[in-house]
Amino acid sequence: MDQFLQHIVNGTILGGTYALLGIGLTLIFGIMRVVNFTHGELYAFGAYMAYLLVQVLQVNFFLSLVLAAALGVALGALIEFVLLRRLRGADIDTVMLVMIGAGIALQNFWQLAFSGVAKSINHPFPNLPLVFGPVSVAPIRIFVIIVAIALLIGFYLLINRTRIGVAMRASFQDPDVAALMGVNIPLMRTLTFGLGSGLAAIAGALLGPIFVVTPTMGDLVALKAFAIVILGGLGNIVGATIGGFVLGIVEEFGAGYISSGYRDAMGFLLIIVVLAFKPQGLFAAKERIG
Amino acid sequence: MSARIYPWLFVAFLASVPLWIGNQYFLYILTSAGIFIIAAISLNLLLGFTGQLSLGHVAFFGIGAYVAALSTLGFDLEFGSARFVFPRQPVWVGFFAAILVAGGFGLLIGKLAFRVRGAYFVIVTISFAQVMRMIALNWVDLTEGPMALNNIPPLSLWIPGEGVVGFFKKEYNYYLVLVLAVLSYLLVQRIVRSRVGRAMIALRENEPLALSVGVDVTRYLVVATVVSAGMAGMAGALYTHYIRIVDPDVFLFIYTVTMVIMVVTGGKGTLAGPVVGGFIFGALPELLREVASPEVQWILYGIAMIAIVFFLPQGIVPALAARFAARRGPGAKPEPEARAP
Amino acid sequence: MTGHSSGRLSPPGALLEVANVAVHFSGLVAIADLNFRVPEGRILSLIGPNGAGKTTAFNVITGFLKPTAGHVLYRGHDLTRLAADKIAGLGVVRTFQRTSIFGGCTVFENVLIGSHLRGRTETWRALLRSARVDAEEQALAGHAREILDFVGLGARSGELAGNLAYGEQRRLGIAIALAADPKLLLLDEPAAGLNPSETEEFMRTVGRIRERGVTILLVEHDMRLVMSISDTVVVLNNGVIIAEGPPEAVQRDPEVIRAYLGQGYKRAAG
Repeated sequence: MDQFLQHIVNGTILGGTYALLGIGLTLIFGIMRVVNFTHGELYAFGAYMAYLLVQVLQVNFFLSLVLAAALGVALGALIEFVLLRRLRGADIDTVMLVMIGAGIALQNFWQLAFSGVAKSINHPFPNLPLVFGPVSVAPIRIFVIIVAIALLIGFYLLINRTRIGVAMRASFQDPDVAALMGVNIPLMRTLTFGLGSGLAAIAGALLGPIFVVTPTMGDLVALKAFAIVILGGLGNIVGATIGGFVLGIVEEFGAGYISSGYRDAMGFLLIIVVLAFKPQGLFAAKERIG
Repeated sequence: MSARIYPWLFVAFLASVPLWIGNQYFLYILTSAGIFIIAAISLNLLLGFTGQLSLGHVAFFGIGAYVAALSTLGFDLEFGSARFVFPRQPVWVGFFAAILVAGGFGLLIGKLAFRVRGAYFVIVTISFAQVMRMIALNWVDLTEGPMALNNIPPLSLWIPGEGVVGFFKKEYNYYLVLVLAVLSYLLVQRIVRSRVGRAMIALRENEPLALSVGVDVTRYLVVATVVSAGMAGMAGALYTHYIRIVDPDVFLFIYTVTMVIMVVTGGKGTLAGPVVGGFIFGALPELLREVASPEVQWILYGIAMIAIVFFLPQGIVPALAARFAARRGPGAKPEPEARAP
Repeated sequence: MTGHSSGRLSPPGALLEVANVAVHFSGLVAIADLNFRVPEGRILSLIGPNGAGKTTAFNVITGFLKPTAGHVLYRGHDLTRLAADKIAGLGVVRTFQRTSIFGGCTVFENVLIGSHLRGRTETWRALLRSARVDAEEQALAGHAREILDFVGLGARSGELAGNLAYGEQRRLGIAIALAADPKLLLLDEPAAGLNPSETEEFMRTVGRIRERGVTILLVEHDMRLVMSISDTVVVLNNGVIIAEGPPEAVQRDPEVIRAYLGQGYKRAAG
């Protein structure tokens, strides 16, 4: 039972960052119909920027997180501006090929720039875990989950309660009408991709101090984000949030009760099982023919 | 009639290479390129002709590699108190087992592809390859995990006058890969130029219309995935016996991407496309090795992929065919399997 | 439960019977309760304003959509239980409202794909490429040429279908359907976007298709076309049939005039 609670707590903390990755990815797919294969690279980018700021430039830890997120937004906007803007109207497979190419180029660029040696990021929190009855948690992890939840709520409010959010959703539901209403569609797409990328970057910057930073750290995480997005239904932000927490907890239990080696396989098994029984994801509507 | 002779002239040229090439290293490059070309040909059947973007193709390659390795090395597993011993098998038993097992997994993926399409299918296939990699990494009793399976025997064949010969020599492997690549090409050619291939192309071009004239698209999609997976499994088995070591990294996403780049660059949905793309991207890394680090190579690969999509979306072969047809004047019959923009 | 076992005979003369078909899309009623019969060898037209449920009815008959309720009977088969490709195998073949061709293939290949059901070659035989396969290919090619000549595309057979002019693409769509040897051909707005001379040409083609013994179910907005070639006209409005009969009777039906044809038509009809 003690173990059970500990797994729940660990899974929730992990799930918070998964959810950040998942909503970024699902937002980009939902609004732009782009399967973003650079998501994992933006996650690694966020971690490397945090490393660069904290370890090399000696910038304040918290300020570094903010800057890493901002740089993630900027890089995402740049990718959208340089590549995706030219691909409007192209079929989804073509866009996927371009994004795969971009992802490979970026990942190997990180490898070239920062070498393959793992980097660690120092954080200002004490290392001694806090103990709550049967559960013990490192303070940095508590910080991470608080920031993640705050960002999730803030993001949800941004999409649902602000004019920018309304414009984003409108340009997804009916681009023509949105354009007539005076929404700047290309700007919305750049913004969407930038925001989604910023979420990936902040997730990387948050997890960098807990784990280590490597050029390929985004590979598995990006695939897990896909799993989350499928669980929640492509384009469904609330679904992706739930999916993130579900995956975090499933992984933690899989690692705890089955085998830690298969921890990372859980997400993929989850995808295959979900799609085998519910081919359009858990919450998606069916399309019509004719 | 005259146009049909060119591919055979090319094959004859390739067959002559070991006779005059001095540097054995080039033979090695061509052989590994050939293995990847077989994999690319197999992917093209799915990606180019049925139009399904499968990004887990390396899974079939890796399954073939592991099945071939494990059957020729033998293995034993313990389930509690029960012990299961699989004795060493002759290399060719493993070779055909690799094709069959990979084809069997292709059947599963094909059935799934019927239920999930587009972005979902892509993600399912990626996940499938990842699960395979996790199994290869973690089922240490079977696969040795990251320690890799070593000392895999080369393929062997009875050759008149020389008896049973193990393929330790580069020339033997080169010819074996050449023969199997030609056979793979012909097999795909026969399929796509038949009623079966037309049904696959119909699925790619317009699925509702295909259904409306009675094409059982599921059936032909499954045929395509099974043949494609079996062929990729064969390429994996060739790889195993050639390199003689196999580790979980054969399942890396990057290898799927390499195959996709080959097909897309050469021209998906054309017979010659994967061959052309395979020669370019199979040989390039080896040739660039002297001047560029692997990271730089991969960066170039990524940029090349973007550039191809932007500037040569149909690939090299259709672009050349179009230029050739234009020079022969209007009214020249386009390549039968050429794809429209 | 349903009362329609697969052995039940359709009424004499009716090739197709649509019985109590209803289609609801997440609460919205696309078709309320549709009943009609298509007599063998005839041309029956289904007309009605946009959104009346005509294309939905086509989708139900050809297996692209499962109805919420009801049955479609064709030669003793309940089509609502069959997949679209199996329905085509029984000889019920449709065309599509929007131009639907295999754009990346040549015109000739388009029709070859259409004649898929005439062939028998499966994977193993294709790989062995026996004399039997070659003979079949030749027979299919001959059949395809004959159909291309029939629709007047014989001279275009080597062209990429995507490069054809609009009117030619419409004709190719019909050629693809004809290649599948329909007994019942469903044409979904085949004259949409055609100019008057092309429409004239198309009317003659429909007549010649009927002469081949094909029963035709037509959805079309061009009233002159509908009234001049149909044997029976069924008028659909808001998912319900409001009139059914020979063209002259339907044209005079006051409810039809009120609900659908409106003032503009009366003026046009003089």
